[in-house]
Amino acid sequence: MSPKRSALRSAALPPRPALGPAPKIAVPTVAERTLGSGLRVAAVRRRGVPLVEIRLRVPFAGTAKSHLARSAVLGESFFTGTASHDAQQLAEAIQGLGGSLGASTDADRLAVGGSALAENLRPLLELLASTVTGNTYPADEVAGERDRVAEEVAIARTTPSALADEAVSHRLFGRHPYGRDLPTVTEVAAVTAGSLRTLHAQQVSPVGALLVIVGDVAPTRALDLAAQTFADWTAHARTPVTLPPVPAFVPGGIALVDRPGSVQTSLRVVAPAPPRDDPSYAALSLVNTVFAGYFSSRLVANIREDKGYTYSPHAGIMHADLASYLAVTADVATEVTAPALVETRYEMAKIAAAPVTQDELDAAGRYLVGTLALSTASQAGLASTLARLLDAGFDATWLRSHPAALGRVTVDSAHEAAQRWLAPAAAGTVLVGDAERIRRSVSALDTVDVVQVN
Amino acid sequence: MPARDAVTPPPLHRATLDNGLRVVVAPDTGRSAAPVVGVAVYYDVGFRSEPEGRTGFAHLFEHLMFQGSARVGKMEHPRLVQGAGGTMNGSTHPDFTNYFQVVPSNALELTLWLEADRMRSPAVTDENLANQVAVVQNEIRVNVMNRPYGGFPWILLPPVAFDSFANAHNGYGDFSELESSSVADAEDFFRRFYAPGNAVLAIAGDTDPEAALALVLKHFGDIPARRTPKRPSFAEPPLTAARRAEHLDPMATAPAVAIGWRAPDPAKQRQLHLATVVLAELLAEGDASRLIQRLVLRDRSAISVEAYLGTFGDPFEQRDPALLTVTAVHPSAVPVDTVLAAIQDEVDRIARDGVPADELARVHARLRAQLLRQVDQVLARTLQLAMFEQQHGRGELVWELPDLLTAVTPDDVRAAAARLAADSASVLVLQAGAAA
Repeated sequence: MSPKRSALRSAALPPRPALGPAPKIAVPTVAERTLGSGLRVAAVRRRGVPLVEIRLRVPFAGTAKSHLARSAVLGESFFTGTASHDAQQLAEAIQGLGGSLGASTDADRLAVGGSALAENLRPLLELLASTVTGNTYPADEVAGERDRVAEEVAIARTTPSALADEAVSHRLFGRHPYGRDLPTVTEVAAVTAGSLRTLHAQQVSPVGALLVIVGDVAPTRALDLAAQTFADWTAHARTPVTLPPVPAFVPGGIALVDRPGSVQTSLRVVAPAPPRDDPSYAALSLVNTVFAGYFSSRLVANIREDKGYTYSPHAGIMHADLASYLAVTADVATEVTAPALVETRYEMAKIAAAPVTQDELDAAGRYLVGTLALSTASQAGLASTLARLLDAGFDATWLRSHPAALGRVTVDSAHEAAQRWLAPAAAGTVLVGDAERIRRSVSALDTVDVVQVN
Repeated sequence: MPARDAVTPPPLHRATLDNGLRVVVAPDTGRSAAPVVGVAVYYDVGFRSEPEGRTGFAHLFEHLMFQGSARVGKMEHPRLVQGAGGTMNGSTHPDFTNYFQVVPSNALELTLWLEADRMRSPAVTDENLANQVAVVQNEIRVNVMNRPYGGFPWILLPPVAFDSFANAHNGYGDFSELESSSVADAEDFFRRFYAPGNAVLAIAGDTDPEAALALVLKHFGDIPARRTPKRPSFAEPPLTAARRAEHLDPMATAPAVAIGWRAPDPAKQRQLHLATVVLAELLAEGDASRLIQRLVLRDRSAISVEAYLGTFGDPFEQRDPALLTVTAVHPSAVPVDTVLAAIQDEVDRIARDGVPADELARVHARLRAQLLRQVDQVLARTLQLAMFEQQHGRGELVWELPDLLTAVTPDDVRAAAARLAADSASVLVLQAGAAA
């Protein structure tokens, strides 16, 4: 093809289209009722498909050393027996509703998620209520779940991402209950059915609990059904356990977890972050997005698209009840561990030292607003997003007020947030990798402590 | 009479451009749809089509399609999509490679412009190629080499179950073959497989179908037509004897096993294929399923069990041949042959005794709900629309599938189970190198 023809052809091609005005995002109307027991119920009608999603969140913190293992097994055993149903009957009943129900626990709460054909909302709620009020934790079922959790814990302990999560929690929170995600196999092996019954009686309480219902169901009907089916959940009312405050974070240093033979190093840089209602939160969300919060970020451009050190570097802000933190994540080839850490710290230093451009800020803002809208576009997404928001003390108007707050962030306020929260001097580093191959090179960058994951 | 939980499919709008590009649009009809739209381009080439000596090239090329094109600079595609409030990605499968975005509906035209530019002329340079080889190698390290059960079973089972290069080889690729790839290879691959006539473009969500088709014509209409490759057959003769291989995973703490049976041909044995989809669900989806009840909850001979069709678990995205795979991770104390015997026993029991109607009704209810749940997500809806349009010539299947699967009878399921004989199984035994 001659250059002339080529030029003619490209001249005829339509230019890059401009973006029209962004569509308005509808904030869902939430119907709410707090039952006499303290259980708060929120319902949203969302049509689309004839399904319904439910999310139950129950405060579930604990200070005992045994709490982590017990709550892990309790989550797995949550649907293994009630007075009227054995494990198989429960499973078949859920299946017959076109449903799913699953429970999990973290340091703050027990979370149950489920869904079913919309016409089956009542039996779905009845099933869930029957487990909340009448779980029997049959000894044989609990023994099976306990052994399975122990095997899964053993697998996690050879999985780099799980090891890195564990090391990060410990680096951030030390001996606080937030400092551990993974129980030991020995702790799991010690869990008994009796200890789960006690834990359930003490902590599966409607006080401070939240039930969210989203789907093709009229909200008043959903609230009425919840009130009827959970009417018996009163005898168990207890005040939730409060954890002590998290310890002050001491920045600096590299915590190195030795994983001999590792062909990659799981690199994590962590620092405290503000909670969602902090005045600097919107600004940090934006500047973190520019730094490493999406594919179009500076860190991805540097250590992936320029240097090829890693596949998917990312930085995100995480929230627990008592602490928020920022974590930079990159799994890098072992031989480039030190240079990858240098570049990560460089990008943090750079964004803390000099303001981002208005264009960078605008793009990050549109991304955050757009993906927030996407996260609430499906019934399941809206249920999960709403449950997290309401449980953290916000209401659905956050879906409007947060984008507005993002819109008010300026280059200067973003710079202030970066200086305060993204400075490498305010962060700590965790590496999970082959210590023999990486220790010497990273020792040139910082003090290195070889640490054990418990 | 339609089921009470039926969904009305949107009317699909279609066009085929002069250059052969097929387009399908599924506008939202819902009353509270979100103002977002999905755009997906499916090229009818996957890693089963990559040439010998170039393992991993289809996937590497997918990465190269994000490196810029005639009028789009490196990283500009993600920047424009994300900067409009959207998300994007791509993925490489046995029989196709897809590129997709979900964007606020005001960014539809921009997204089409970006997809058209790289369909017309991706810009691959030596520097970008070397960079993406390194990125892909890190993807393989994180997903396969540096973790327990990496590549289990999707990389490890096919060489046991199949003999041809196309079906047996590792789609992630060999490091040295990735490193020896050249820009000329990329140009050749693009010329052969990325013709507009070899692609389907799907748009689903908040869009006006007539306006969307006009925009497609505006941006894709003048991409020159090229010869479309003939869709190859990957057929292999049926197995005449059981096969078995072992693999040592140095990081695994618990052993595992995968069994693959050749699945029915979705084009030629449609009812049997649908029945096998239901069978997989009946075997291992949810705590009420046969294998989870038997192995995980009752015998406790397994920690987890899965059953699925197709390399990546989508029963409809792969042409013949594909596998029905059952995997189990099990305690070291349980011999693998105990696990295998229990799985075969459960399969044989269905083949012999059939399935009670009430159990099948529960399985149908769950399948139906899970499919509807998928349809509710605009991205999943867009991807399924493109896949069904390309691989089955009928995008409507996204909405028709719940009824088709519900129509599977106990006899169909029994017939599907009867095909799963021990002497036609391919078994991959994963030994746990890190067992306590």
